[in-house]
Amino acid sequence: MSARRSRFRFVAKFLLAWWTVATFSFVVVGLAQAQPQSGIVRPTTEPSTPTLELGSELFAGNCASCHGIAGQGISKPRPGAGDIAGAGPSLRGVGAAAPDFYLRTGFMPLSNITDQPYHSRVLLSNKEIKSLVKYVASLGSGPAIPNPHWKAGNTSQGQQQFALHCAGCHQIEARGGFVTGARVPPLQGVSAVQIKYIMASADHPWNRGGWGIGNIGPIPEGLVAWWIAIPLLLLACLAVSRRRRA
Amino acid sequence: MSLLGGHGRNGGRSDPLRDPIRFIDERTSAAPLARKGLRYIFPDHWSFLLGEVALYAFIVLVVTGIYLALFYDDSTAKVVYHGSYAPLDGQTMSAAYRSVVNISLSYQAGLLMRQTHHWAADVFVASIVVHLMRVFFTGAFRRPRELTWLVGLGLLTIALLEGYLGYSLVDDLLSGMGLAIGYGVGLSIPIIGGPAMLAIFGAPFPGNSLFFSRMYIMHVLLLPMAIATMIGIHLALIAARHHTQFKEGKRTTERRIVGAPMFPAQVPRSVGLMFFTAGILFLLGGLVQINPIWQWGPFEPWIGTNGAQPDWYLGWLIGALRLMPSFDVVVGHFTLIPNPFWGGVAFPGVVFTLLGAWPWLERRFTGDARVHNIADRPRDAPNRTAFGVALLSWVFMIFLFGAADRILVLWSLGYNTQLNMFRVAIWVVPAALFFIVRRWCRSLRAADKVEEDREQAEKEAAAHAAKVHATVERARRLSDPQLK
Amino acid sequence: MSALQWLLALIVVAFERLTRRRSRQGENGGGKQGGGSDGGESGRIVPAGTPQRSAENFVLAFLAVATMFAAGFIAVYTVFGAHLMPNELLGICMGGALLCIGGALTVVAKRLVVTEEIEDDYPEPHPKEQEEVLQIVHESGSRITRKRLLLGAGGVTGTALGLAALTTVASLGPIWDTGPLDYTPWRRGRRLVDEAGHPLLAADISHETFYTAFPEGADPEQIGSPLVVVRLDPWLLRLPPGRANWAPDGIVAYSKICTHAGCAVALYRKPLEPLLEPSPALVCPCHYSTFDPYNGAKVIFGPAGRPLPQLPLMIDAAGGLRAAGNYSGRVGPAWWNVRESPT
Repeated sequence: MSARRSRFRFVAKFLLAWWTVATFSFVVVGLAQAQPQSGIVRPTTEPSTPTLELGSELFAGNCASCHGIAGQGISKPRPGAGDIAGAGPSLRGVGAAAPDFYLRTGFMPLSNITDQPYHSRVLLSNKEIKSLVKYVASLGSGPAIPNPHWKAGNTSQGQQQFALHCAGCHQIEARGGFVTGARVPPLQGVSAVQIKYIMASADHPWNRGGWGIGNIGPIPEGLVAWWIAIPLLLLACLAVSRRRRA
Repeated sequence: MSLLGGHGRNGGRSDPLRDPIRFIDERTSAAPLARKGLRYIFPDHWSFLLGEVALYAFIVLVVTGIYLALFYDDSTAKVVYHGSYAPLDGQTMSAAYRSVVNISLSYQAGLLMRQTHHWAADVFVASIVVHLMRVFFTGAFRRPRELTWLVGLGLLTIALLEGYLGYSLVDDLLSGMGLAIGYGVGLSIPIIGGPAMLAIFGAPFPGNSLFFSRMYIMHVLLLPMAIATMIGIHLALIAARHHTQFKEGKRTTERRIVGAPMFPAQVPRSVGLMFFTAGILFLLGGLVQINPIWQWGPFEPWIGTNGAQPDWYLGWLIGALRLMPSFDVVVGHFTLIPNPFWGGVAFPGVVFTLLGAWPWLERRFTGDARVHNIADRPRDAPNRTAFGVALLSWVFMIFLFGAADRILVLWSLGYNTQLNMFRVAIWVVPAALFFIVRRWCRSLRAADKVEEDREQAEKEAAAHAAKVHATVERARRLSDPQLK
Repeated sequence: MSALQWLLALIVVAFERLTRRRSRQGENGGGKQGGGSDGGESGRIVPAGTPQRSAENFVLAFLAVATMFAAGFIAVYTVFGAHLMPNELLGICMGGALLCIGGALTVVAKRLVVTEEIEDDYPEPHPKEQEEVLQIVHESGSRITRKRLLLGAGGVTGTALGLAALTTVASLGPIWDTGPLDYTPWRRGRRLVDEAGHPLLAADISHETFYTAFPEGADPEQIGSPLVVVRLDPWLLRLPPGRANWAPDGIVAYSKICTHAGCAVALYRKPLEPLLEPSPALVCPCHYSTFDPYNGAKVIFGPAGRPLPQLPLMIDAAGGLRAAGNYSGRVGPAWWNVRESPT
């Protein structure tokens, strides 16, 4: 009798441990999304306002190993500073729009050339970004930073345009996704300057109905059904029944 | 008035229940049935309640579904949305989609009912699968319960279709893409696929103006009636043959069932479980968002979103569709077997055929055609348990491939790498698990046997010691001069 | 996930532990009728048990809380309009009420009614009745001389009637004429327009992105209608033979409906850094069928069994894009006749 009871206890503990470990590992994997960043090389003293000089110093220390000393691009990966085998496109003629976009999203600097750029924490200060943008824009004439009047835009038209042109890669809720051979970043938290339509995000007032579980659809829903609802229902079965041992 | 104690059997001459019972029995002859039914024996083990959880989820589905049906418009006519949700304001959409947006955002309890309904659908299928696993791994499908097993599998199939139709009725982007895929899979049925899909949809995709009405009538009338009828048959078959039971001491045998009576022991438990199930589903419906269709937007055949997935119970099919290498089986210039057939039709067909034929397959393999009323513990049938685990893991690995691309990419596994890995893993893992689980079952049984032998030996030793003690005592008493 | 559900789970587990301990006492106090069949010698069918007033109090408490939750539901429903409705509160009230009723019933089951163990026989087969059924059937048919013939005739008639009923299914759709499956609205000279109906000009097609185009004046929802249009470097094109002039100025157009299962091919994988990233491709988000736009949308990855049909383009005098003919093949997911020419 007691051997069977202790066996039930063992099974129950085993199941609980397994459930906890699996849930925990999901959380850990989620946290693993925040990848470690390489540091920024910056001069020991910086001026108080954005300057071309600061921009060129930051460029030399953080960008030149992939984009070339004068931003001309490096076509074949070759070893450079900090153990980085650098390669990257030319930045001449990209203007201010591109560096502003890439730096404010954290896409750049990218530590590994085989990585795809992804949203990451921006380690540069606003002043440093403005300096770098000034510098890269000076490498050749190109488009300025766009200044959309997004408040005058129509959210509904924006939704339609997003669905037609962007959702295939970025997902209808701008949660990002997958292409064969590439990853697609989510667009939460991007400013109006970067895109002219602010997509529904976790803070969207119409994200109602409870915990959004990621807004990516049936997979987290299925996980909730199996990891939360079914265990609760199993507990309910245990609570109402007499026999727990077989 | 107390039902316990009191004079004689019943509470006395003035019992208020007496008249209604007599009234009903005179008109329906129900008393003998009630007498038997009230004391129907129910096995005690908690795992016998899993099927009930599915039943109660179905009841929640019907109740919330009735509410939704009162507000749903099954028309595909194009209308313009002018409502409280700004990103859709002024957009053209079907009347069906608009009605569901309104249910979600314009009626007080609409969102709660819709979300509870959808959670109940996910949990309904999940609980059927858990119940199926219990029945399979305890051998409860064996003679004389094969028909119950087949009816249950039929219920699972219909439940899958019912859920698919339910979320496709909304005409949102996600489910519309799912309907397109369903159309493509239907077309892939050899030779007859084209006419069959033209019959169902009424026209090439996206179908004619009647298609949504057809889905609607299937979802709210024909399939629920089928489910309810089959549940009735399922329960009647169970009651007719009585439940299986686990071996519990000497009294439970193949011919004798031991358990608790339906009334008063089991009924409050079962009804309590119903309230627990409904309560958990309503809590989910309020606290966890599901299928926020106003965010997906209306469906048009020329738009698609990344990361589109079916509801979990069809996820095994998307994995299979993605795994297939690129080929159509072509004969001359006729396309005999288009690609989606393998993942969308053949794969589920194989799984359900295997499951359905299993009672007879097992009889063939084991040569055991006897009646079984005692349920096995999974370890008591190592081959069956190992096969079940292998089959489940095969389906699960395919499901995992279809669902886990986002997670796997976090470990720097590109999609192409995942594809190649899984094409091997879906065969290797089930095969390995078969042998591992079988070994484990056998070793557990061997350990049981050792335990049993040990207990037996201890008992015999104790009996022997008692005998010796008694003999010594007797001898002492006989030789004790004082007792003479 | 919500703390409330954790709390709930803990409550259920704790409660179950409590009642398990007490139910063992309860069973002993409840007159366990081990081994007896239904309807014992004492004249009682259901054995007696000792009253448990504390359990009754528990039940009353549960019911009181459930009533409060139900009242809360009514209150929340009345106070908030649909616009501001806190769905979570509604769910907690309804769910809480139901769970508390469940709790009350569990207490009733474990402490307020007797849970006894009874035995019975499993039903046995009924060979006598089986024989009698057989006998009835045979004796009933004893007057008939040509059983096989009559049964066969009945079978034929039944089948015919069933087929007659099934024939009505033929009206559900054009099942005999699968022509509609192959029809596309594209003809030589048809203008390409965008989703708002404006003509698509060749000069508007940029290298950087993809465009969705429709035939002017036709139903955009037909799967033969939508196109995906991209501009490529003309010197890199490797179109199949016979399509040399299908891509004026490097602009190519393919059906946007995936030939695998019918989703919209809504991804254009355009590499930013061609040296390090894979080649451009049209990708379908459903099962990742990948098509090479330089090479007639040949399948380079994924399960699709045939390439996307290509639409020949021409640029008219005003610089607008027009179709120069019908597709190179039939549109959409494969079926029996899909490898014929489009109509």
